[in-house]
Amino acid sequence: MSQIFHRSTNTLSRATIFGAVFVLAALGWMAMEVQRSPYVTYAGVRKPQPVPFSHQHHVTGLGIDCRYCHTSVETSSFAGIPPTRTCMNCHSQIWTNAELLEPVRASYKSGKSLEWTRVNALPDFVYFNHSIHINKGVGCNTCHGPVDQMPLMYQQESLQMEWCLSCHRAPENNLRPRSEVFNMKYQQPTSVHPVVVDGSSYVDQAALGAALIQKYNVRSVKDITTCSTCHR
Amino acid sequence: MTNEEKNTGDLIQIKKAPIDKPEDVCPGKKLSLDAVRERIDFAVADDAARQTGPEYWRSLEELAGSEEFQQAMHREFPKGASEWADSVSRRGFLQVMGASLGLAGLTAATGCVRLPNEPIVPYVRQPENVIPGRPQYYATAITLGGYTSPVLVESHEGRPTKIEGNDLHPASLGGTDIFTQASLLTMYDPDRSQSVVSMGDQRSWKAFLEALRGPLSAQKALQGAGIRILTPTISSPTLADQMRTFLKNFPQAKWHVYEPINRDNVLEGAKLAFGQPVETRYDFSKADVIVSLDADFLSAGFPGNTKYIRDFAARRGNDLLGWSPYQEADRIRPLMNRLYVIESTPSATGAKADHRLPVKASDIDPILRFLASGLGVTGHGAMADMTGASGEFVAKTAGDLHIHRGASIVIAGEHQPPAVHALAELLNSQLGNVGKTVFYSDPVDANPVNQTESLTDLVADMRGGKVDLLIILGGNPAYDAPADLNFADALKNSKIPMRVHYGLYHNETAELCQWHVNATHDLEAWGDARAYDGTVSIIQPLIAPLYGGKSALEFVALLNGQADATGYDLVRAFWSKLITPPCAGDGCKTFEDVWRKSLHDGWIEGITFAPKSLQTKSGGFPPPPASDSNAIELNIRRDPTIWGGEFSNNGWLQELPKPMSKLTWDNAVQIGPKMAQRLNIASEDVVELELNGKKVRGPVWIQAGHPDNSVTITLGYGRTRAGRVGTAQGFNAYELRTSANPWIASGVKITKTGETYKLASTQGMQSMETPDGGYRPLVQERSLEEYKKEPNFAKEEEPPKDLTLYQPYPYDKEDYAWGMAIDLNKCVGCNNCMLACQAENNIAVVGKEQVVIGRHMHWIRVDAYYQGDRDNPRAFFQPVPCMQCENAPCEVVCPVGATVHSTEGLNDMTYNRCVGTRYCSNNCPYKVRRFNFLLFQDWDTPQYKMMRNPDVSVRSRGVMEKCTYCVQRINERRIDAEREDRKINDAQHPAELKTACQQSCPADAIVFGNINDPNSAVSKWKAQSRNYSLLGELNTRPRTTYLAEVRNPNPELGS
Repeated sequence: MSQIFHRSTNTLSRATIFGAVFVLAALGWMAMEVQRSPYVTYAGVRKPQPVPFSHQHHVTGLGIDCRYCHTSVETSSFAGIPPTRTCMNCHSQIWTNAELLEPVRASYKSGKSLEWTRVNALPDFVYFNHSIHINKGVGCNTCHGPVDQMPLMYQQESLQMEWCLSCHRAPENNLRPRSEVFNMKYQQPTSVHPVVVDGSSYVDQAALGAALIQKYNVRSVKDITTCSTCHR
Repeated sequence: MTNEEKNTGDLIQIKKAPIDKPEDVCPGKKLSLDAVRERIDFAVADDAARQTGPEYWRSLEELAGSEEFQQAMHREFPKGASEWADSVSRRGFLQVMGASLGLAGLTAATGCVRLPNEPIVPYVRQPENVIPGRPQYYATAITLGGYTSPVLVESHEGRPTKIEGNDLHPASLGGTDIFTQASLLTMYDPDRSQSVVSMGDQRSWKAFLEALRGPLSAQKALQGAGIRILTPTISSPTLADQMRTFLKNFPQAKWHVYEPINRDNVLEGAKLAFGQPVETRYDFSKADVIVSLDADFLSAGFPGNTKYIRDFAARRGNDLLGWSPYQEADRIRPLMNRLYVIESTPSATGAKADHRLPVKASDIDPILRFLASGLGVTGHGAMADMTGASGEFVAKTAGDLHIHRGASIVIAGEHQPPAVHALAELLNSQLGNVGKTVFYSDPVDANPVNQTESLTDLVADMRGGKVDLLIILGGNPAYDAPADLNFADALKNSKIPMRVHYGLYHNETAELCQWHVNATHDLEAWGDARAYDGTVSIIQPLIAPLYGGKSALEFVALLNGQADATGYDLVRAFWSKLITPPCAGDGCKTFEDVWRKSLHDGWIEGITFAPKSLQTKSGGFPPPPASDSNAIELNIRRDPTIWGGEFSNNGWLQELPKPMSKLTWDNAVQIGPKMAQRLNIASEDVVELELNGKKVRGPVWIQAGHPDNSVTITLGYGRTRAGRVGTAQGFNAYELRTSANPWIASGVKITKTGETYKLASTQGMQSMETPDGGYRPLVQERSLEEYKKEPNFAKEEEPPKDLTLYQPYPYDKEDYAWGMAIDLNKCVGCNNCMLACQAENNIAVVGKEQVVIGRHMHWIRVDAYYQGDRDNPRAFFQPVPCMQCENAPCEVVCPVGATVHSTEGLNDMTYNRCVGTRYCSNNCPYKVRRFNFLLFQDWDTPQYKMMRNPDVSVRSRGVMEKCTYCVQRINERRIDAEREDRKINDAQHPAELKTACQQSCPADAIVFGNINDPNSAVSKWKAQSRNYSLLGELNTRPRTTYLAEVRNPNPELGS
């Protein structure tokens, strides 16, 4: 009886078995890529909103401070979404007939809330607190990106755990003086633009970060990477 | 045989193999009484037997050393807990699910992980003072049986989520009881009545107004001769004023009062003693000797129980060798009080007693007379000639009372006949306690009539055709009226033209009325009520009524022609007439000032009842009724967790183990071990109780310490229209209750039916195993004398700190190291901590079937241990939360790192990592971990979503959970403190951080804090000589430790 399989089948099967490793690795790599892609994280995605509110116009154009609308950002876990009334503080005077603002006026008249789509959303088992990050010198745009240049709001970062941990494991890379937290134009210190804190001038972020960790009593990396810091 | 065939064969074999039924192996199952007796006889005969039988036991099975118990103790969960008990076997289930899980896996990478878009809904006009994300607290009050409990309610953006005691209020001091805690769930109950109903149709409030107009105007001409209003006990001054206004408008109308758990006997006793109804209040902080005659004053629902527990416990904690803060010139008073309890049903109060005498309820009267004669108060009818142990007990009690004249309390239970109360008052007066530890004032009840008589009169009028308009303003008399009155029949068949029921539920009574008006809950409406001490709390709403509804105030205002009056206007108008704003040096206050302060503080300052000084009559008390000592006595009691049926539909209370029996979801026929043996009845045997021709059937629960020849059943079960939780749970004890003998009846017949009924008792579940059969009890206890000689008795030789394979961590270098200490001597086993934890941490209710197989979810449990004679054992309570071991055995076995240590010593549980292997709970020597075997949380009902604490994850199926030391509270407080650049609990913010169990503990038995701070309360407690670790010999280094129990027996009486 002759051989059923040709001798070359041996090579072929070896190649297939060997190749499977690469195929599986590639599949795994693809899964990770999908998991980290904006499709899953929504990073950079402009979500539908009832009113096409432009942070660029209000922040850069008009110079309104973050806290004019996000009032509880310094005291609460939640930064606060402005009530319709805040919009109407100005828009009862200007752009009173703009069609784009009709939902706002309707909400104010009817007493029914505007329903925005949450842009920076975390899973429900994650408990993030704005006030403590503000207090320790984490700037708004460190996490939210250049909001002052966003005509339509989107999420800048992945907001995945690895991203959170990248800062919790090395907070010195991102801290700035408390006075600069709401400054959207803040630049990390360089030899050209040093940052002055308590009379000392810092020319690199590592030195500044280390000094601020001391100054603001930032807890140790071990402390802020325990599970119950964010999960409870 | 091919592989395929072989597999199928295996499968068939497995399917055929009998799966152990949970009933066969769970603790709490039938036990052989002979085995128990043998064990005890053996133990008594030979001390060496103590080696095999435990000294402290939790269930009679354990005492008997049954194999089933041993098996249960070795397991993490009772056998069967992990079985798929439905017809599909676990393996079959996995096969079916395998395929669909595989498919799900393909989509998991995308579909499951991708978050759905989430709306974010801001206010239109944000209310002042509201900071989104931060809770607010409002002072209000929750009323039960007329007595109100002052509370602080936590509100998240207008949704009440947690009830705490009002620490500013003298009647609460921060403590609550289980009913107050659980009333939150009642408010959100989706089964509450949601509209006005007439003849089965939903109607509007307006339609009801129309319907009522005719009958009311017709009655106007008759001066209201045909109007009857039946209310529960009312202590609200505003509502009482409204009622009186109504009676002025309709002078012939009658106001009847009935509450099934009434205080008729107490008021009748006061009438006997003083000729008028009075409220008796006690000051346990100044009492050195307390004698309780069937009075369960440490239990939830007893008027003033939170304050009484606090005062009682304060004299049994901290420095036991110290002195009472209340000293007198001529007498040195030690700190520790002494409690004598003579009782007919084992209770938490009896468990705390230094001396306990179990007797039949009807024997208490003669015993009290004997006690009185021992104190020189004679002439009260025939004295029982008492000899033997109980005679000595009473004689020594009398001696102790005599020594502590002016610093003692004699207190009688509400089910004891009036003569017992009158005699107790007389004794208090003779002992000089009045004005020192016992105070009298006007009754809190605004209409203190004999409620049983009041209802009897009403039924007579109903049957006599005198009633044209019957308004039942709350309550459920068709279910809970004495059986001989046959109220339901009178309501249905006596042709009353208009019957109106007003209440929270469309219950048994509402069904028999043409109209039903839905009521508001205390958390939804304005009102007021009195606490046990007569202080008035303004009740302010935390939320707009969930289902519309009217408050009782608004309802009666309607009868008074003020259909549009709001509760707020009514309460405010009433008090603006009564309050004279005080004037001080810098000018006078306005009513607005007083009103705002009262709302803020939770009570109106200066409005209370002045203590009365009364002459006690010394005679004329009726003699004790003749009793047949051979007849079996029936004790009917309110249920320790669901009261008289008001809380039937409250899942938290249904699943809360009753303090002594640890039964959940059912009432039972409780009998003593001796009687069970004589009648050859075992636990869970269904028996028929027959009393005067009436019969009910119920399962037996053998309760250690229950007196012989006596049966106890509890009210509130056997409902037919309670709602989806409470309907058809247990048996209806009201059927045996008569107006003549509402609490104690003689001559009940017990017949075995041969059936059995599964009871869900958690007694014996999560029993901890001492290693290597080592003989070190989990409850450490000594008498005061022994404690003086050996203060370090509870200390054990802990293994050296470095003798461990665990990675050491320098916890003492951290800012915080969280720890807890629980004083067993203070704990009265009230279970309030369990409910406080349940509300704070979004803990699911699992249902009776799941409790039976050991899947209940309480993060903190209160173990009851017994010691000694099964007919009169001493009992101990031990609350067991997670020990937060520094060397945590659960952590090393977790394959996915879902449970790991925080730097502050918390044993963190990360739900989103947990894959449900249950290795951790298998390795936990304290058995404090709870597993979501099924989807226990209700993810759909919108009301429950509103109720949940937004700061705690809601757990899903397949996830392990356990006590976290309320890590959400720690994090919140820490963030607040860090924002202000300070430490938690610093000098300016003492005790800002409390765990939920600690915060509302009425006994103040739990303390939590930073053990790295030597000045913190928890460090001071842990430094006491009584401090010990549970299973410390395992070197788990638990952060939760216990202060050992010290009893104070009368040296003359032995212990």
